[in-house]
Amino acid sequence: MNHATDKQPAPIKKSKMNIRQKETIHGLLFISPWVIGFLIFTLYPICSSLYYSLCEYQVIKDPVFIGFDNYKTLFHDKTFLKAMSNTFYMVILGVPITTFIAVTVSIMLNNKKLHYTGPFRIVFFIPTLVPTVVACLLWIWVMQPETGIVNKLLGYIGIKGPGWLSSMFWSKPALILMMIWTCGNAIIIYLAGLQDIPGSLYESAALDGAGFIRQTISVTIPLLRSTLLYNMVTLIIGVFQWFAEPYIMTNGGPDNQTMFYSLYLYQNAFSYFKMGYASAMAWVLLLIALAIILVLFKVFRFGESDY
Amino acid sequence: MKSTRASAWRRKFPSLEAVTLYVILTVLAILFVLPVFYLFMGAFKAESELFRVPFKWLPDKFILDNFSNMFQSIPFMRYLKNTMIIVAFNIVGSLLSCSLVAYGFSRLRWPGRDKVFILVLITMILPYQVTLVPLFLMFTKIKWIGTFLPLIVPCFFGNPFFIFLLRQFFTGIPQDISEAARIDGASEFTIFSRLILPMAKPALTTVALFAFIRSWNDFLGPLVFLGRDELYTLSLAASMLKSNLDPNWSVLLALGTVMILPVLLIFFVMQKYFIQGIAMSGIKG
Repeated sequence: MNHATDKQPAPIKKSKMNIRQKETIHGLLFISPWVIGFLIFTLYPICSSLYYSLCEYQVIKDPVFIGFDNYKTLFHDKTFLKAMSNTFYMVILGVPITTFIAVTVSIMLNNKKLHYTGPFRIVFFIPTLVPTVVACLLWIWVMQPETGIVNKLLGYIGIKGPGWLSSMFWSKPALILMMIWTCGNAIIIYLAGLQDIPGSLYESAALDGAGFIRQTISVTIPLLRSTLLYNMVTLIIGVFQWFAEPYIMTNGGPDNQTMFYSLYLYQNAFSYFKMGYASAMAWVLLLIALAIILVLFKVFRFGESDY
Repeated sequence: MKSTRASAWRRKFPSLEAVTLYVILTVLAILFVLPVFYLFMGAFKAESELFRVPFKWLPDKFILDNFSNMFQSIPFMRYLKNTMIIVAFNIVGSLLSCSLVAYGFSRLRWPGRDKVFILVLITMILPYQVTLVPLFLMFTKIKWIGTFLPLIVPCFFGNPFFIFLLRQFFTGIPQDISEAARIDGASEFTIFSRLILPMAKPALTTVALFAFIRSWNDFLGPLVFLGRDELYTLSLAASMLKSNLDPNWSVLLALGTVMILPVLLIFFVMQKYFIQGIAMSGIKG
């Protein structure tokens, strides 16, 4: 009896099953390029780098398994610790400052009383279009202590500018300036987020007697939560990926003041050919990235409905 | 009476608040473009003017020598050709692969689809450096280092950011359209290529633009994978010129200007697509 029904299910049910199965097969076929790419260019490299990170691997010789030695060395390596603390400096100072400026500018641009904001949007976006290498050259030149325009502008308001990139203290703030300069992407994203906030919320807040600042704190910021999250994750991961700027502008100097995570990883892999050590750094980076994503998702209660 | 006059006044002239905001924004905007403006001016200055101490914004005389020097001191056309090859393959590869994949993630229903898509999103925020070393070792093994292949082949297998953008767009197209075509007996691939792709032209344009910008600007990829001098891209050539002991700044600024101009030009012509694409990237479903 059972056997018979298995062989001959109701015709309608059968065709339904087939449509489902067909759609699944089609779906998998359509995404197959990504699946193949993910396996070859992402998953395999991540797994193999886990193995390499447990080896001493100098490229010319085969990898030799050494257990957790690379990881142990890492946390006694002064340059690594310096790179880590510089990177955190940027995360703790650079990211909030950049976010603050980007949010402020986009709140200004979103003000209903302004009618001609188009040109401003374009102007703030232009720096993000400058190729990274060109931006680096530009900023080296612009931050020349004597002849650069940054110190020239500071001179107009009576401040004697520092030596920026060659200064122990000012080299990192110089890079923060550059980070702010390229916040145009974030401004556009914040603007899109601001436009999604229903105007009725501001009206009722105004009826309750909330002024502009109060409205910003209790309406704008909470409702901009997921946009803030997205931009901050992007920025923080960006800081960990920061490579071209320190590589071209300072090569980590002066005295490792601008040695950042990715630059040190690159140097270990491609200047000292310590592939195992660099792989250990890559895995620590992977864990940090995952941790940041998790923490921010928890803090911002990401995914909960906004309205 | 007084209040109506005040409101008429307000209609005619911007409020004090608006004026203040305009002033702040203008000052900020000037600060943002000033470095780029200064770069353009520098490209037309004589070398002796670049680091001169009584400082001037504009060149004493606009000269084109820097550009002709650039052609003499580096094989500019070859670097441009290399860059264009990589850019072209990146655009084609991204369009082909990402539209297919995004279609599979949006227009078709299959079990576990949205969970797999989360994986795509995670790879979007995964730092490139995590896979850099093993990829280099892999490409060394298959003898791809010193060729364009490491910079070209991966983009034929989908880029998570572009997949995300296209999926957002495809999801917005009503399902009825596909259903109707399915009832008419159209194959899934026909629906994809004849029906959905033509409707997705704006999103595809955005992807093509981003693919262009990304590969035109890429630095780390060419630095790690190209190796040979003949294969250098413009970005890589610029950084190599800078790393000379005594870099020729006039040539560097001319090269920088030449590298920015195409990007700016394309941006001004196709602004809408840029802005839409970026605005979309922040909207999370």
